[in-house]
Amino acid sequence: MSFKSAVITFPGSNCDRDALVYLKALTNGEVLNIWHEENSLPNVDLVIVPGGFSFGDYLRSGAMASKSKIINDLINHSKKGGYILGICNGFQILSEIGLLKGALIQNKRLKFLGKNCFIKKRYQSDFNCLINKDQVLKIPVAHNEGNFYCDDSDLKYLHDNELIAFEYCEGKFSNSIANINGSIDNIAGITNKDKNILGMMPHPERAFQNFHSSQDGKLILESLLS
Amino acid sequence: MRIKILIRLKSQILEPQGKVIEKSLSNLGLKNLNNIRQGKLIELDIPDKFSKEERDELITSACKKLLVNEIIEEYEVLG
Repeated sequence: MSFKSAVITFPGSNCDRDALVYLKALTNGEVLNIWHEENSLPNVDLVIVPGGFSFGDYLRSGAMASKSKIINDLINHSKKGGYILGICNGFQILSEIGLLKGALIQNKRLKFLGKNCFIKKRYQSDFNCLINKDQVLKIPVAHNEGNFYCDDSDLKYLHDNELIAFEYCEGKFSNSIANINGSIDNIAGITNKDKNILGMMPHPERAFQNFHSSQDGKLILESLLS
Repeated sequence: MRIKILIRLKSQILEPQGKVIEKSLSNLGLKNLNNIRQGKLIELDIPDKFSKEERDELITSACKKLLVNEIIEEYEVLG
């Protein structure tokens, strides 16, 4: 069965093209690009909310994009059980919509982080089922506001319901530290309660081609397709 | 009527810019300026004909729907 997918583009998105290439390379179905002013999404299996600086990240990262016209139908898509993957700014947008718990605030050390980071699976979902426990993935990050924050009750909710998909971990560089940006419990990515929505700060769509420094990003989409 | 809305990160959330500002002021010899936290101020006009209740409702709605993320921020209407 063919797997249909779509990528939403907002003004200021800059990873939408990479997400389209990622989907076209790894899925066998139609891949569509949807402008944020559209009222409805086509009937697809997966929607990627891509990285970038939507609306210049004015007010807060993802705040403006979370009020775009297309968002109502994105919420409908999630209610119907459709998959959503929010990457970087996409994760911030999904948090601002309220589809995911918590918020992403400025990196603890005030630096924009553009480098490879190391992550591993915390709890199982359709987005990481092909990844072994303790398998370390090398995937790049590029963010200024990737510091995941939530209050104690939401953190308990995330653990109790096993919604933490990925956590940062130490890698093979001697100077690599697990917690790159200050995130609570090293959280790099979380799902919603039904586990059909994943938001993550690292960019799997920048780690799958032979000329990339890692191909570990394949595992996330391949997990979903498996 | 001109309205000012002060938005700040909740006190339990680290505000690293304030820490850096504090250090820079200290480097300039301006000591004893402690616990600096940076927030944001939004100013807007509301027609004078609106009653206080209408004004409050509109501002609350704007803050809750867009201006403030209450997971991390709190706000205060300065009038």
